[in-house]
Amino acid sequence: MRDKVCVVGVGNTQYGNFPETDSYGLGAQALAAAVEDAGLSFKDIDGLIVNRIPSYERFAQMVGINPQFCLPTDMAGRFASVSLTIAAQAVASGAAETVALVYGNNGRSKRMLYGGAEGGQWNPWGMTSPGATHAMMWRMHMDRFGTTTDDLGRVASTFRKHASLNADAVMRTPFTLEDYHQARPICEPLRLLDYCLINDGGVAWIVTTPERAKDLRKPPVYVSGYAQRDVFEQATPRDDFWYPALQQIAGEVYDRAGIGRDEIDGLMIYDNFTPTVLFTLEGLGFCPQGESGNFIKDGILELGTGRLPANTNGGHLSESYMQGWALIAEAVRQARGECGDRQIEGARAIQYACAANIASSIIFRRD
Amino acid sequence: MADMPQPAIDPWNKPFWDACEQEKLVVQRCGETGRAWFPPSPVSPYAPAAEWDWMECSGEGEVLSWVVFHQKYFAGFTDRLPYNCALIKLKEGPLLVSNIDGPNDSISIGQQVRVLFERRGDVKVPIFRAKDRS
Repeated sequence: MRDKVCVVGVGNTQYGNFPETDSYGLGAQALAAAVEDAGLSFKDIDGLIVNRIPSYERFAQMVGINPQFCLPTDMAGRFASVSLTIAAQAVASGAAETVALVYGNNGRSKRMLYGGAEGGQWNPWGMTSPGATHAMMWRMHMDRFGTTTDDLGRVASTFRKHASLNADAVMRTPFTLEDYHQARPICEPLRLLDYCLINDGGVAWIVTTPERAKDLRKPPVYVSGYAQRDVFEQATPRDDFWYPALQQIAGEVYDRAGIGRDEIDGLMIYDNFTPTVLFTLEGLGFCPQGESGNFIKDGILELGTGRLPANTNGGHLSESYMQGWALIAEAVRQARGECGDRQIEGARAIQYACAANIASSIIFRRD
Repeated sequence: MADMPQPAIDPWNKPFWDACEQEKLVVQRCGETGRAWFPPSPVSPYAPAAEWDWMECSGEGEVLSWVVFHQKYFAGFTDRLPYNCALIKLKEGPLLVSNIDGPNDSISIGQQVRVLFERRGDVKVPIFRAKDRS
């Protein structure tokens, strides 16, 4: 699958609180931006994947397309990469030539809550919310390896600094490690600034073949390699930080893309909560297990000074909660060199990764 | 006081909750591998074609991790804030999430705990207490 499919268009809405629209409106707006970015028309789209948009049928009606390939994907953020790889497989197999992937989320204006839903396995004990799951994992990590909440604070403040360079970001005011520790606890050991935002917004990507990409507006960004491991066997928060799954991914994704870890110019790490950033760095082998705190201490993830800038848009923690979709759009823009003040100089290869029960990574390259 | 969140009873976990009412902690055990699992499910994850049976646990376990909730998610837990949840590894193998009866700052990883039962609405819920406090 190496370089057989490329991203030719990305688009997004503004991010914030938009009660005057909904996920259809946000998705349609993002798709229009991606179509324009690619230099395509809606009629060119013959494949459609929608995420967090209630009906694929209604959405296709709204934008006037009758694709030959159509699929709604699960609302969990781990499905950002799953959606893209399924689209890549559809394009590579010839099931469709040009696939639009559309994400629309109005969780902020709908006052969507993450936690406390009826029917949760651990509700009788008051255990609920993805944040609590990550808090439980992080306590184990600190106990086993001597990492600290300072390490989490450095991740959060670095991404906020990046967001301050991004006009689209919801949260742009930088904060110090001290500010981080003074934020209110939500589920200890995690505090408010360890948590992603909840905001409305939409993101869209368009993928096609390198052949089709030749006469389009922007240079193609190749889906060079990807790998995925699903780990469903534990009903509780995991006690392994997804390390074995991420190690398997690391053993495959660089080979498949045909480049080494050292050639990665920037990272887009699924940061629903700060600990996942550190789990990802360890699992993918950027540092030994347990060493992520020391690894990031001197600013390696920071734009301008660090060797491995991460989440240059501000990520879920500070830019927008677009569940991986905006991070992948940022990966494409970085590889194109379109990021202005927050551009990673000379970026050619950007790696996306998600540490979750569907663990995954995708390497994007411009050439 | 607001109602405590109740379990979603299904055909697989009903025997577990019925046993809790008798203050017994039970888990399923695989007939082929002898391994136990939780939460209850229709087949053994270790050998889905094998027989299985219910096994009464010793009630002993170890704290693998814990958290303290400050955010209110359930009306029934409002009066308990800040309350803990702990990841427990039962002596018989399965992991489960429960609460530790005792001050939050007395909990530690590796702590040995024993089950007790607390009435919460329609069900008796298994929670744990440090062995050296009981």
